[in-house]
Amino acid sequence: MSVALDVSGLAHRYGPGPAVVDVSLDARPGELVCIVGPSGCGKSTLLRAVAGLLTPTSGEVRVDGEPVRGVVPGLAMVFQDYSRSLYPWLTVRGNVELPLRGHVERSERQERAEEALKHVGLDGQGGRYPRQLSGGMQQRVAIARALAHRPTLLLLDEPFASVDAQTRADLEDLLLRVRAEHGMTALLVTHDIDEAVYLADRVVVLSPAPATVAAVLAVDLPGTRDQIGTRAAPEFVHLRTEVARLLRR
Amino acid sequence: MKGVTARGLAGVLAFLLVWEVFGHSGAVRPELFPPASTVLTALAGLLTDPGFLSDVLATVGSWAAAVVLAALLAVPAGLVLGSVAPIRAATRSLVEFLRPVPSVALIPLVVVLLGRGPETTVTLAVYAAVWPLLLTTSYAMGEIDPVQTDTARAFGLSATRRLFTVALPHAAPFVMTALRVSAGIALILVVSSELLGAGTGGIGQFVFLAGSGGGRMDLVLAGTLTVGLLGCAVNAGLEHVQRRFLGWDTAEPGA
Repeated sequence: MSVALDVSGLAHRYGPGPAVVDVSLDARPGELVCIVGPSGCGKSTLLRAVAGLLTPTSGEVRVDGEPVRGVVPGLAMVFQDYSRSLYPWLTVRGNVELPLRGHVERSERQERAEEALKHVGLDGQGGRYPRQLSGGMQQRVAIARALAHRPTLLLLDEPFASVDAQTRADLEDLLLRVRAEHGMTALLVTHDIDEAVYLADRVVVLSPAPATVAAVLAVDLPGTRDQIGTRAAPEFVHLRTEVARLLRR
Repeated sequence: MKGVTARGLAGVLAFLLVWEVFGHSGAVRPELFPPASTVLTALAGLLTDPGFLSDVLATVGSWAAAVVLAALLAVPAGLVLGSVAPIRAATRSLVEFLRPVPSVALIPLVVVLLGRGPETTVTLAVYAAVWPLLLTTSYAMGEIDPVQTDTARAFGLSATRRLFTVALPHAAPFVMTALRVSAGIALILVVSSELLGAGTGGIGQFVFLAGSGGGRMDLVLAGTLTVGLLGCAVNAGLEHVQRRFLGWDTAEPGA
C-alpha cells in the first residue's frame, strides 16, 4: 500500500533535553491520523518537523516518498492559536488568499477564497477583519485558508483547543466533511482523547516527554461519524478507554 | 469624538483665558510678557507679512526634508538591525553612544562642515530624528510573533514575500508612532538650530531677531505659537494617516 507520509526514527532535542526520541509513524493517502499525547510531550515539535519548519536532530520525514528538506510543498497548516496565525492587518479574504499570492492568478485566487469561505460557513464575511470575529469563526478562517491552498497534506496543531465545546464539535465535523470532500492526508495533534478517537482513522499514542510512540490503534468506526451516535458506540468507548489507559502509564 | 474635540477646545480657551488674566494682573510687565490678546493680534499681523511667511516656509521645508530623510535612513537600517542579530550586536554600543549626543552640541561642527543654511539645520534635525525611528523599527522586527512567521513559512511563502506580507505590515504601526515622535523632534531641532544661528532665515531666526535688541516679546511669542501650531497640525495629519491606513491595529473587536 502506498504511503503519503512516512516518519522514521525521528528525534529532536532543544539544547540538552530531548523533546522527541525515536518516533516512527506513517499515513496513507487520504488518511486522517491523530497524534494524542500528554501536554508538553513534544507533539508540536513532531508536527513542526513533519512540516519542515525545523530540521530534526536525527531521523527522516518522507512525503510521497521524497525526503523532506525545508518546507514541504502542498502543505497547509492550522495552528491552535488562530489569533496569532491570522494576520490582523489583512481582511478575512486577504488571509485566505495570502498563501495563493505569487503563484495563483488574481481572479482564481478570489474564486478559491470565496469557495473556501463558503465551505466553512463564512460566505459574506470576507471583508471583515479577524478580530471582529469570534474565536470559532477565526479558526474557520484558518481552515478556509488551508483549504484554498488545496493541500495534499494538512497538518493541524491542537486546532480546536481554544474554542468552546459546542464550537469545537462543529469544527470537528467541519474537518471530517472537508476531508471527505477533498481527500487530503491529514495529521492532527491533540491532547484530547475523545477528539482523537472521534476524528481519526488511526490514533498514534505518544508517551510523556520525551515523546516515543506508545501505540498505534486503528479506529474501526463507520466512515460517517456523528457527535452523539459515534460517541455512544461501544467501539468508541472501548477505544477511548484503551487510549486513556495507554496515556496513564 | 465630538465630545473630545469640544473638551480639547475648552482646554485651549481656558489656557488662553488664564494667560490673558495673568498678562493684565500686573505681576509682570506687559512688554516682557504680553497677554494672549496682544500675541494673537501680532500673530494675525504676521500671517499677512511676506517676510514672516517666507520664514515659515523655510522652516516647514527644512523640517519636511529632515523627516523624509530620517525615515529613509532609519527605517531600512532598523529593518536590518532588527532582523540580523550579529549586526545588531555589533552596532549596539555605537548606537547607545551616539544616541544621547545632543544635536545642538553638534551645531559648531556642522556649521564648519556645511556652512550656515538649510543643509545644516536639516542635518542636525535628521541626526536627532533618526533614533526613535531606528530603535522602534529594530524593536518591532524583533517582536514578530513566531506563529505568524511559521504560518507564512508553512504555506511556502518566500523570505522576500514574508518581508512584505508579514514583517513590514507588523512593523508599520510601530514605525508610524515613531514617525510622529521623530517629526516632533525634527521640528524642535530645525527651529532651535535656526535660533542658534545655524540656518539662514526660518521661524527660529525670526524669534531670535525679534527677541534681541528691541525685544518684541509679542513677536517672539507669536513666532513660538506658530511653531506649536505647526507641530499640532503635523501630528494630527500623521494620526489621521495612521487611522486611515493602519485602522486594523485599533479596529473594534466584535462578536
